[in-house]
Amino acid sequence: MPVADVIEAGAARRDAPPPAGRTTRRGGTRRGNAATPYLFLAPYLLLFIGFGVLPIVFGLWLSVHQWDLQLPNRPFVGLDNYQALFDSQSADYADWWSAVRATAIFTVFSVPLLVVVPLGLALLLNGAFPGRTFFRAVYFAPYVLGVAVIGLLWRFLLDANLGLVNRMLGAVGLPADTPWVTDVPWAWVSLVGVTVWWTSGFNAVIYLAGLQDIPAELYEAARVDGANGWERFRNVTLPGLRPVLLFVLTTTILASANVFGQAFLITQGAPGQQTRTVVWRIVDEGLRDNDAGKAAAMSILFALALAVISVVNFRLFRYRED
Amino acid sequence: MTALRRTGRYALLVALALVFLTPLVWMLLTSLKTYGDAQKIPPSWLPNPFSTYGFDKIVHNDANPVLRWFVNSMLAAALHSLLVLATASMAAYALARLRFRGRSLGFALIVGTLFIPPTSLIIPNFVIADRLGWLDTLTVVIVPGAASAFGVFFLRQFFLSIPAELEEAAVLDGANHWQVFTRVLLPLSKPALATLGVLSFLTNWNDFLWPIYVLFSPERLTLPAGLGLLQGAYNTDYPVIMAGAVLASVPVLILFVLAQRHIIQGVSRSGLKG
Repeated sequence: MPVADVIEAGAARRDAPPPAGRTTRRGGTRRGNAATPYLFLAPYLLLFIGFGVLPIVFGLWLSVHQWDLQLPNRPFVGLDNYQALFDSQSADYADWWSAVRATAIFTVFSVPLLVVVPLGLALLLNGAFPGRTFFRAVYFAPYVLGVAVIGLLWRFLLDANLGLVNRMLGAVGLPADTPWVTDVPWAWVSLVGVTVWWTSGFNAVIYLAGLQDIPAELYEAARVDGANGWERFRNVTLPGLRPVLLFVLTTTILASANVFGQAFLITQGAPGQQTRTVVWRIVDEGLRDNDAGKAAAMSILFALALAVISVVNFRLFRYRED
Repeated sequence: MTALRRTGRYALLVALALVFLTPLVWMLLTSLKTYGDAQKIPPSWLPNPFSTYGFDKIVHNDANPVLRWFVNSMLAAALHSLLVLATASMAAYALARLRFRGRSLGFALIVGTLFIPPTSLIIPNFVIADRLGWLDTLTVVIVPGAASAFGVFFLRQFFLSIPAELEEAAVLDGANHWQVFTRVLLPLSKPALATLGVLSFLTNWNDFLWPIYVLFSPERLTLPAGLGLLQGAYNTDYPVIMAGAVLASVPVLILFVLAQRHIIQGVSRSGLKG
């Protein structure tokens, strides 16, 4: 069950609370009537049911109907919406698989970097030295900005003529006319690079918490045994970080697969539709072209695919441990 | 560590800091240039002259009411953050401290939704918001996002880490659950509440995908949604676009500087991404 595992991985980190049950049993409902707990839950449950549970059920319902937002008739069509996505003769086939391809390319190239680069940053920031808090804050800073800001900013920086990136490359004698946002493979380099710049600080902070959980005695013992820096990293740091690595890997795959804003603002889908992603395709189909039924079917396939990837991810890591 | 290695580490730290900061500095410097200054090739680092051209354009702008977007975003993010704090803390209290039928199942359900990508609920949530008559109102960017399970999960974990003795003493003194919750538990939970409040504010302030599809009228947009329009309207007039980006960045950067500890702690305790 992946859910329980992520929670376990998350809770295994620093400041983990004592296991549930101990404190709860003590603070039982000795006072107050039976309705009290439900009254405390009611406001959140209203939101949760309305915008968390209902949309899941309603999404399934939409996906088996021909549901045009502008038309009054919404006939039941069974699995037609799903079938259309696998039928190479259908009008939606090419756009859908192009979006899947774009999302896959972005995910495959961004995830390894977003797992490794932040680990390097965390190792660099680990330990006590003057300025540590400052540098950590600087590396994290881009993450507090929204995708709209970083999208506009990097569209400008990567502008082939006026952009700072080409200017700086030119200044050191490299080609200064790379079409960063209008041609492949550069568009992919840009989208992946910007995302690494934007979110590495976030993963680094998670790694840092994990690093601080590794007992110093383990490093001492390794040192006594004559282990060098690489061996200590290989035999102490990496095993100690295992739950955190799994957590970072899983959340990063999900985040990368959900990429939208960077492509929408920086490459604007170019060249052609090559950098239009799945999430973009879903909202375009449903909210621009008004075909909510087909967009719901896409959403469900997308969510299922991510669930499968998460489960596989956990299995692989589990077995390697044994 | 030898002196050489220490110097090497600092050199690397500073070089990386430049990589992370240079784009942000460039954004600020460009926002203070004139149109002509920003079009120069090769560009100069410092504005010459320093100009309020970009900011003038976004302050006096009928087609793109940027200040209105700023106010909308402030209101939405603040109200969203309060709504999350109120609803999540009450639910977390019930889940951490009260015994009732369906508690484990309820908690499992709530946590389970953490693993459903929110993007996959956009289409049905759009239709639901439409039925409620919420499209193109500020409500639609405040309320639905507050259904997130993260706050409940986060606060429940925090409440469980607080010993129940104080609450038991209050109960013996005759306090009811509401009094225990508001007068004992919440004051003890200020750090966690601050963390959740700040993270919710940031998430809502930065949200882009949902607002660009559920808000339509120019005067109803949030700032990130409006920035997309600004990019379309001003194309390569970068001082204006960067002035808009600076305006959207300043509040969250200030919040980050003031609440850094809370943000970093919140992130390191439980990942929240996407």
